[in-house]
Formats: sequence, structure tokens, C-alpha cells
Amino acid sequence: MRANWWKVLSVILLGFTLTVGLLGDVPRLPILNETIRALYFHVTMWFGMILMLVVAVYHSIRYLRSNDLKHDDMAIEFTNSAILFGVLGIVTGMLWAKFTWGDYWSGDPKQNASAIGLLMYFAYLVLRNSLTDVYQRARIGAIYNIFAFAAFIPLIFVLPRLTDSLHPGNGGNPGFNAYDLDSNLRLVFYPAIIGWTLLGAWLSTVRVRLRRIERKLENKLINQT
Amino acid sequence: MWKEIAVLVRKEITLEWRQKYALNGILLYVVSAVFLTYLSVGAQQGNLNVGTWNALYWIIILFSAVNAVAKSFVQEHQGRQLYYYMIASPEAIIISKIFYNTLLTLMLALLGYLVFGVILGNPVQDQGLFLLNLFLGSVGFSACLTMVSGIASKAGNNATLMAILSFPIIIPILLMSIRISKNALDGLDWSVSVDKLITLLAINAVIAATAYILFPYLWRS
Repeated sequence: MRANWWKVLSVILLGFTLTVGLLGDVPRLPILNETIRALYFHVTMWFGMILMLVVAVYHSIRYLRSNDLKHDDMAIEFTNSAILFGVLGIVTGMLWAKFTWGDYWSGDPKQNASAIGLLMYFAYLVLRNSLTDVYQRARIGAIYNIFAFAAFIPLIFVLPRLTDSLHPGNGGNPGFNAYDLDSNLRLVFYPAIIGWTLLGAWLSTVRVRLRRIERKLENKLINQT
Repeated sequence: MWKEIAVLVRKEITLEWRQKYALNGILLYVVSAVFLTYLSVGAQQGNLNVGTWNALYWIIILFSAVNAVAKSFVQEHQGRQLYYYMIASPEAIIISKIFYNTLLTLMLALLGYLVFGVILGNPVQDQGLFLLNLFLGSVGFSACLTMVSGIASKAGNNATLMAILSFPIIIPILLMSIRISKNALDGLDWSVSVDKLITLLAINAVIAATAYILFPYLWRS
């Protein structure tokens, strides 16, 4: 139980996010209205995704240095959870965009960039599945993961800032900072980031354990016969 | 190190020259693609929208470059690769491949530009900027595609894999090049494009540096 304090923390933080995020007071703003609550459920997805991708890249680097499959397990599962968060982020973002910008897809640079980012990671999964040898898969996967991350960073942090975006905080649209965010929004926003990220990490570690058990069983089966 | 790279680049060129069909094939690919585009859009000389001209040009260059670079790790025999593995350092190999592929991509881009200019008209107003951008774009394309073709060659090298792995990664470079190229087409002042040129240079540097660091791990397997 001691070692699992962060899982409890995640549940508490997400419970807090859900109740206060859905029921609490939010500033009434033109156009945004109640959709400002997307801050807790959409924006946090991207924070969680990026943090998990960083963890995955860290483990990919560790794998290349050590050739230890346990790092590869971490890298692939954290990427999987990051992809899940990314898909949820795009879907929630599209819903939000429908009500504020009027269309599910408005060709906003950030929308496009995140879609391309997801393509990159889907390609990573295809690449991994095309390799059959476990060590080869882990090594090539790690190399592509690091390489893709190097291209992913300019894609989502640099390029959208060079053109006008419809996103709050870009191209003359005021960011959330310009609205209240003094205490009300921040009070839920930061815990929500931590809560969602911990949930993602939890998902990943469960899957990592599953993967290790599977491998152990497989080895047993092979060694028996 | 430099001598090693020079020898390897010369080896690539000799090899290419000996198997002229591959080179000729890719040159023909560019010309046919341009002609196909010309007929598909049904445009007469000069009445094609400048933005469309730009987009079509870069898409054709992208596809030709993917096809040209995809073979960089498969044209040689497995046994010969092992031989290089023993006599050359992986750093020298990746730098020489990137250098050679830059030359190849640049050649394709220039040929494409020539054919485009003849058939579809040449609306470029600032030649200097356009050519500089072409050069930077080729460097970026070849750095990215060389690394990806190395990865794809380890995975059985099918063409689909090469495309899906490289397209998302190459998009930042492609987008920057297209934007600078649009400025060159419109003949805008250089001061408008300077920050974009620097960004493109920075992305190229990041991609090339990552390829340089990661390639030894790829080569070893």
C-alpha cells in the first residue's frame, strides 16, 4: 500500500477534478461560456501526453544503453498510454471546437500538428509490429521513438507559433491567462494535470506488468518442451 | 574522418554511375510526375495559381526524394554491408550517405524546377531565396530520409513502411520550405523570411544531429 500512494493520490485528484470541474463556478465569457471547462479535460490531456512521451523517450534511451528489455516494456507502454491520451485530446478538442469555432475541424495549425504527431506514433506501432525478433523490435523501436520525438517537438511547439492559430493564446486570441485563472481555474487545472498524468502512468505500469507476466509464461512454455 | 567520408561519398557516386538505370529511373520519375501534374490540372502556361504551383512542386519533390533515398541501404548486398561495418565508422557512413543523398535530392529538385518552369511557367520572383531554400530543404529531406530508410531497411524495407515512417517526420521541414518558397515566389523582402530560414536551419540541425547520434545503434544491429 505504501508504494501505491500515488495511485490513491490520482484517484483523489481525479475525483476532485470531476466534481469541482463539472460543478464548480467558472467565469462566464462570451463564446466560451461553459465550454471553458474543457480546460480541465482537454488541455490536461496534452500535458499528460507530453509528459508520458518524455518518459517513453527516456526509457528508449536507457534501452539503447543497456539492452535490457524491461526498459523497452516501459517505453512501449508509456507510448501506448500517450497515444490514448492524444486520441482523447483530439476528440475532446474537436467537440470543443464545434461549439466555439463552429466546426469539428477548422484547419487550425495546432489541430493539424497534433494530428500529424499522432500519425508519427501510429507509424511507430506499425514499425514495431513489422519486426518479429524481440530484441530487434526493441532496438529499432527505440531508435525510431527518439528520432520521432526530435521531430515532434518542433512540430508542436515551434511551428504553430509561427502562424496565426485559433487557439486561445495565439494570433490575437486572449489566452486563458488573460481571463480569470487567478484562483478558480488554476485550483482545478493543476491538480487535473497531475491526476490525469498519474492515471496514465498507472495504466502503463499495469500493462507493463501484464507484458512481463506474458513473457515469463511464454518462456516457461518454450523451456518445457 | 574527413578522408573516410570523402572516400565513402566517392564510392556512392561511382556505384550510382555504374548502375545508371537507378539514377535515370529517378530522373525520369520527376519528369513524368511533373508532366502528369501538368495534364491533370489542365493548366495553360502561367495561369496556374502561385500557391498551387508551389504546393504541387514540393509534393513532387517530396515523393521523388522518398523514392530516390529509399534505396540507399538496400542497393548493396548484405555481405558488403558487413564489410563496411568492419572497415568504416558508423558516423562516417551516415555523414557520407546524408551528403550524397543531399546531392541527389538537390539534383532532383533542380531538374524538377527546370521542367516545372518550362512546362507550367516560372513565377519565381526571387531566384536567390528560392534556390537557397531549395538547398536547405534538400539537406533536411536527405537527413531525415536517410535515417528513416536505414530504419525501414531493417524492417524488410517495404515501401509502405518507408512512407508512413518518413511523412510525419518530414512535415515540419516540408512546411517551412513551402512557406519560404511562397515568399520567394511572391518576391517578398528577405527580412520577412529570415526567421523562417533560421527555423528551417534549426530543424535540419536537430534532425541531422539526432540521426548522427542514433545511427551507430542502428548500424550495430
